[in-house]
Amino acid sequence: MDRAYRIIIAKPGLDGHDRGAKVIARALRDAGMEVIYLGLRQTPEMIVDAAIQEDADAVGLSILSGAHMTLLPRIVELLKQNGMDDVMVFAGGIIPDEDIPTLQEIGIRGIFGPGTNTDDVITFVHAQLDHASSN
Amino acid sequence: MSIESDIVHRLLEGDKRTIARLISQVENDGQEALDALVNLYPHTGNAHIVGVTGAPGTGKSTLVNELAKAYRAANVTVGIVAVDPTSPFSGGAILGDRIRMRDLAGDPGVFIRSMASRGNLGGLARATADVVKVLDAAGYQVVLVETVGAGQSEVEIARTAHTTLVVEAPGLGDDVQAIKAGVLEIADILVVNKADRDGAEHTVRALQMMLDLGTNSSTDHHGQLMRTSGTQGAAVYDQGWRPPICSTVAIRSQGITELMQAIADHRRFLEESGTWAERERVRATAELDRLLRDHLVQQVLMRIGPDAVDQAVEKIIARQVDAHAAVVTLLADAGLT
Repeated sequence: MDRAYRIIIAKPGLDGHDRGAKVIARALRDAGMEVIYLGLRQTPEMIVDAAIQEDADAVGLSILSGAHMTLLPRIVELLKQNGMDDVMVFAGGIIPDEDIPTLQEIGIRGIFGPGTNTDDVITFVHAQLDHASSN
Repeated sequence: MSIESDIVHRLLEGDKRTIARLISQVENDGQEALDALVNLYPHTGNAHIVGVTGAPGTGKSTLVNELAKAYRAANVTVGIVAVDPTSPFSGGAILGDRIRMRDLAGDPGVFIRSMASRGNLGGLARATADVVKVLDAAGYQVVLVETVGAGQSEVEIARTAHTTLVVEAPGLGDDVQAIKAGVLEIADILVVNKADRDGAEHTVRALQMMLDLGTNSSTDHHGQLMRTSGTQGAAVYDQGWRPPICSTVAIRSQGITELMQAIADHRRFLEESGTWAERERVRATAELDRLLRDHLVQQVLMRIGPDAVDQAVEKIIARQVDAHAAVVTLLADAGLT
């Protein structure tokens, strides 16, 4: 990798607990990435708009409200519609185990629940994006 | 249609993905960047570039958000480049200016791009001026450039923007701050934001006093900036423009109309006085100078090889040679004397 990766971190929907998102944002920054932090109460449209304008390599979504099965597929769909299939999407927050297979099927590449070690997220993002850029 | 002209075509049509990808190429400075800029340069020169600088906590992002909203209400398309600092330790950055610009989300007449400074000191990233060119070529009528906002030494914006706004807020310093050299001198417009706070009138008076004290030098401030930066080229005299002081409460959308008027007045002044053309000349000169220096250094380094500098450093540390003599030797080795 010869340039900094650009990662969007956002909280779609109405949940207001942003500490996790901030922790991840900070960890990615400390790992040398450029993090576009969108914060709270983002609609899927706002997130995808930002991904387009910022030419994002990846989008990380934090959801603790339980609305992940509505919001995440919507975001993936909007990215596809806008020709942004190559954006790597990952998620964190409160996501029950039984929902993970479905989310992976629709294209969420990594899901990080409570207690996640930030090093694991960093390793994951690097692996995904290094792999993508070498293709 | 060739690939290049296809990209330019889509850029001119305002396709956001194309714009975003071109900006990335320009930011990452490869051969693709050069090709892209060559193709889009003829389409630049129309946008009014407005720089917004000021110390942290003065409310720059909120002000930029409000200005953009007001321009949109007047049917003017707006590009925004927001620069945040890169960590000198990790090389990463948190780009958090978009978070203040929620009101603009979904508006097709707005394009917001966040940039990390990537080690450049002075308030902008090295590629910021080129990114502005992409937005200019894409047809955005006003391009707002928000600097890192570290304060006193951020004068680089004056070379990129037509109109530079310096944002102050009450309570950030006493009268002496207002007359210190540095960022206040580059202001075409002074903005006292958070003007509803205690001390706002005092801040306005301090700034007025600064302007009164500096009547002679303020007409030459751009000329001085060019000379002290070592740039060759015409000094720019802004005779006839005294920076107005605009009071705003950005978070309540107050004072924005007057600020927009001041910006429009400055543009008219630039055009009628011929200063716009002069600033274009100064900007092009500064940019050519910078690029020439960068390329020359790269050429020299390529010719002398990767170890030559390290070896010279060792000699310097061992007091065998001083840095000036070392450079003369390196240039001779590069075939340049």
